[in-house]
Amino acid sequence: MHKKAAILTVSVILASMAAMTGCGSSGGGENGEVIVYNWGEYIDPETIEMFEEETGIRVVYDEFETNETMYPKVESGAASYDVVCPSDYMISKMIENDMLAEINFDNVPNATANIGAQYFEQSQDFDPENKYSVPYCWGTVGILYNQTMVDEPITSWAQLWDERYADNILMQDSVRDAFMVAEKLNGFSMNTVDPTELEIARDALIEQKPLVQAYVIDQVRDKMIGGEAAIGVIYSGEAIYTQRENPDLVYVIPEEGTNVWIDSWVILKDAPNKENAEKFINFMCRSDIAVKNFEYITYSTPNEAARELIEDEEIKNSEIAFPDLSQYDNLEVYVYLGEEGDALYNDMWKEVKSN
Amino acid sequence: MTSKNKWLSAPYILWSALFIIVPLAMIFYYGLTDKTGAFTLENITAIMTAEHAKALWLSLLLSLISTLICFLLAYPLAMILAGMKISQHSFMIFIFILPMWMNFLLRTLAWQTLLEKSGVINSVLAFFHLPGINIINTPYAIVLGMVYNFLPFMVLPLYNVLSKIDENVINAARDLGAGSAYTFFRITLPLSIPGIISGVTMVFVPALTTFVISTLLGGSKILLIGNVIEQEFTQASNWHLGSGLSIVLMIFIILNMIVSALFDKESDGGGMEIL
Repeated sequence: MHKKAAILTVSVILASMAAMTGCGSSGGGENGEVIVYNWGEYIDPETIEMFEEETGIRVVYDEFETNETMYPKVESGAASYDVVCPSDYMISKMIENDMLAEINFDNVPNATANIGAQYFEQSQDFDPENKYSVPYCWGTVGILYNQTMVDEPITSWAQLWDERYADNILMQDSVRDAFMVAEKLNGFSMNTVDPTELEIARDALIEQKPLVQAYVIDQVRDKMIGGEAAIGVIYSGEAIYTQRENPDLVYVIPEEGTNVWIDSWVILKDAPNKENAEKFINFMCRSDIAVKNFEYITYSTPNEAARELIEDEEIKNSEIAFPDLSQYDNLEVYVYLGEEGDALYNDMWKEVKSN
Repeated sequence: MTSKNKWLSAPYILWSALFIIVPLAMIFYYGLTDKTGAFTLENITAIMTAEHAKALWLSLLLSLISTLICFLLAYPLAMILAGMKISQHSFMIFIFILPMWMNFLLRTLAWQTLLEKSGVINSVLAFFHLPGINIINTPYAIVLGMVYNFLPFMVLPLYNVLSKIDENVINAARDLGAGSAYTFFRITLPLSIPGIISGVTMVFVPALTTFVISTLLGGSKILLIGNVIEQEFTQASNWHLGSGLSIVLMIFIILNMIVSALFDKESDGGGMEIL
């Protein structure tokens, strides 16, 4: 009966939606468990096994693709996590909404010993008293371009509006990163909530849209390696990996300035295993573990002791992995814009996408 | 119905309550309230804003086109299948269902690789010095993805009704002097309407609500109503608006089912038994 079939279709859709919000498992190792919620492909899986072996704590590991998908899941309490690894502006949002627990740094000695002081200083933009977060990775957003496919070196965001590169441009499919490009192009702050400035940025993105091949997140990596596009907006952490795969690729920080970001470990206020969470963060800050993770994910590590352990001199002194940020005066960190600011950005982004 | 039979239906009732009624109730709750929990119709009327209306219109258009193409492709195929001997047609159906053993996402990703500018199809075309095709990240690619993914859902119900049509009815028509075209339009087509209705529903509903196909094959440049809803949940954290728009979408699906029910009244139904 087709009616039954139609009902079945609807129920399958609903059931899969229900499954998505469903959660976790129980039980643990001899010393309990710790539930970690991290970015996709953002850790060397071996380090998790090593942690389990050394401490007898079982790790329940879950992944997210963007800060925005992570937040509602954590907020609704649909799944309980201990340790999460959000970015700067999302951490300030979580602090503001009283979702984070203060970290007892006495239990995380590796963090204070190994993480560079400047990264804690930088963290004060979103965690003013350095009470809630331990930096895990950092980097910039920049342009990756294929030397063989462009007429001149790419140095500016403006070149993403150059008609010669029509259908050869990859933009980031996330609100803040996409608007950041248009805002910097027009000399605005990337944290502006001024409606007129945002309208100018929105119109610039709409004007750019016919030239854009696709809006992507992680796929920008594979598409650039495969020579599918000439220019892509990308996180600096992907640059080393992509260059290794395709030597024609060059990463630049555009002259108009860009976003510098930090992803940090935080512990949730209602974490069921707070002690284990601190043990986990401490373990991840150990220099030998941090260097292992760096070599696996190639995102810049704030762990200076780990940087010393990098064997490849070229990478250890790489301008891409460890740029001297003091030479740029127009870098900015994203800050949380408040609920209204977020809504404004989301509405404008929808207008860009539907145009 | 005996009490024993009622017991047997308990798992089904539990299942529907847990996975159909409760989620539906939650969607209606979120869709009809605002952030403070107060009743509002704003999330429903939000469909009237330019971006949402455009996304809905585009979704309706693309899914209708896909459904039509699926029908035109599937009907002749189903007739051929129905005319075959048992041993042959089960093999053909097997071939048709085989791709469905693979994950839907993988198959769509494969199309992305095939259609890309430097993808497999264009490389082959370039090798023979033929002009390339450039439909990736356009609505054409989305329609292609919908047709490819949902075609089996059209073929199977059509095949099922067509194979059940009594040969004698067709022979009678021919004996009475009807030509093949006349027989087809007066006998075969009307008798297969239940299958057509099933097939249309099975293709139209998932095509209308998809967001994966438009993201992967449309390069996120084309916003369908499914994408809008998905983004309200995942990006904007606005479950209220996302649920409100889902309710609007449900209205279209229910409309589709009402039309189906009206057409289907006389017959004993389309035969999704094969699934």
